[in-house]
Amino acid sequence: MLEIENLTVEIEGREILHDLSLNVMTGYTTVLFGPNGSGKSTLLMTIMGFSGYKVKSGRILLNGEDITHLPVNERAKRGIGMMMQRPPNLTGVRLKDLVRVTSKGNVDTEKVAEELDMARFLERDVNVGFSGGEIKRSEILQLTAQDPCLILLDEPESGVDMVSIEKLGVKVHDLLTGPTHCAGWREKSGKAALIITHTGQILDYVEADRGYVMCNGTVACSGNPRELLAEIRKMGYQECIRCKINQANLIKENIVSEG
Amino acid sequence: MVSNEEKRARDALKKEAKFGEDIDLDAYHEGRRDIAEVESMEDLPEDTRTTMLDSGITPSGKGRSGNFLLMDNSVVHSAIMGEGVELMPLRQALKVHDWLKDYVWKAVQPDTDKYTAETYLQKADGYFIRALPGAKVKMPVQTCLLLKNRNTKQYVHNVLIAEEGSEFEVVTGCATTKGVEKGLHLGISEFFMKKNSKLTFTMVHNWSEFIGVRPRTSVIMDEGTTYINNYVALKPVKTIQTYPTAHMNGPNGVCRFNTVAVAHPGGVLDLGSRAILNAPGCKAELISRTITTGGTVIARGQLIGNSPGIKAHLECKGLILSDKGVQIAIPELEARVPDVEMTHEAAVGKIAQDQVEYLMSRGLTEEEAVGMIVRGFLDVGIRGIPDHLKAEIEKTLKETDVRGS
Repeated sequence: MLEIENLTVEIEGREILHDLSLNVMTGYTTVLFGPNGSGKSTLLMTIMGFSGYKVKSGRILLNGEDITHLPVNERAKRGIGMMMQRPPNLTGVRLKDLVRVTSKGNVDTEKVAEELDMARFLERDVNVGFSGGEIKRSEILQLTAQDPCLILLDEPESGVDMVSIEKLGVKVHDLLTGPTHCAGWREKSGKAALIITHTGQILDYVEADRGYVMCNGTVACSGNPRELLAEIRKMGYQECIRCKINQANLIKENIVSEG
Repeated sequence: MVSNEEKRARDALKKEAKFGEDIDLDAYHEGRRDIAEVESMEDLPEDTRTTMLDSGITPSGKGRSGNFLLMDNSVVHSAIMGEGVELMPLRQALKVHDWLKDYVWKAVQPDTDKYTAETYLQKADGYFIRALPGAKVKMPVQTCLLLKNRNTKQYVHNVLIAEEGSEFEVVTGCATTKGVEKGLHLGISEFFMKKNSKLTFTMVHNWSEFIGVRPRTSVIMDEGTTYINNYVALKPVKTIQTYPTAHMNGPNGVCRFNTVAVAHPGGVLDLGSRAILNAPGCKAELISRTITTGGTVIARGQLIGNSPGIKAHLECKGLILSDKGVQIAIPELEARVPDVEMTHEAAVGKIAQDQVEYLMSRGLTEEEAVGMIVRGFLDVGIRGIPDHLKAEIEKTLKETDVRGS
């Protein structure tokens, strides 16, 4: 579904992502690990197309179409939806009105709001005075209304208390899997997800298929997400970086010896 | 014999106002005083009724305690339907109530500037509204000030008295009938609020491209009174300069001014609001939300704290939606005693790109996103507006072209 090819991205003249490549396949939930500042959020913001994230080289393909330079709403129209880490306050715009416009009447947003314990927030201005957890729930509510095919989640569990995380996890799960729990449905429905997680907590609620570890603006490693998480928990990200350097050295040595 | 007041007015006939472009009063004809009365506002032509509706006025009078309609300088309709309130033309009221002379021209001075002076000398008519002592008037009184003929100058003099313990609401719609592009509106409003009375006053301005507007409003507030002023001007207009002032003379008064306005290309809106807190325990809040799509907005606000134990906040926020638009925010705080709590917040600028993109990431086009943010921005200013007016205002807001030019 999503292919990132050799992507290099700058923010205000500073290169953040370097020659990054990864894939998210249709029907698959992909998890992105990595230490703070490794460029995970930058990658998601670039995929969504926010200004300020300047693609210097490389391409972003969605279902084979090059979307690297499409405006944000065109990407949304093609089925990308994102949960932002720190969305802006929209003073005067009621959450109710935003989800109504977003859902185009296709989703029973009131019911979803009820399930997310967000019903009383519908009359409130979007994000204004929301706590960390309330922002996450509001984002999930908006995403549910939007019903995207490719779901980008930037640390869905951060700032959420233990009680809310379960509700949130269940809703993220619903969002990814649709009404049934059959894996076949996911593939058929064409949904996929790219989830940034720092702690891996969200993996208690969603079944992830593939994991990537990002370090210093590029992909250091990929593999089974649970195994990756277990290793990161055991050895920390330092080990990933060392491993990556070793790999690189190995390749270099091979090239040298071959030369 | 020429009274002292009259002499002062005569001397002020050339006196320019402190703010706003100076308007040549001789460039306009005097508005007619002989327009025939109408039995019912529903008998008016359809486009006039539509204009009234857009200005918050219900021609049928349904759900209203009283109707008042001034066309140019003629009172063409004045009717009272509800209880607890008096409504009649000011000139008539001066004959009915001998005591009323102690109120007229006491809140606004005739020699304030040339506009007040001319209005004084012309013995302008307008509405007289009085809520009787203790009356809780359920439905609002509506007054409509219409410019009917081209190149006309309209003088209006309104006096409103809220007797002790009364509670009521007044809606005023000011507009031009179709085809009247050029004209001038001078409006004097003097409001007197007695102990523990409460008034919500909403004014909707619905002028057109070449109209000049110079309202002069003063509110005298006694102990324990609550005054809420909502001002909405979304349609194009050439020049408005106004600076309504609440004199909070009794303890524990509360006043709030909400202003929502759009300056279209070629228009200059000089909109102020002022609260003078003269007694302990008074609270004032001045909130303004303005947009320019190419015109100039000067959002003034002044809080004067003359008594200890007062609390006041002033907020002017302005959006610039066009390269040609100008936003000037001039908030002023003046404390004359130490024990006061006075704050202000002013911000002008364009719409934040991150907000637009956030909405675009939910699938809205850029235009839809900007529209939603702009409506939200103004919505904060109209939240205090009575529900029965909200629908009309929101409709106008939707129709208002807020795209920058």
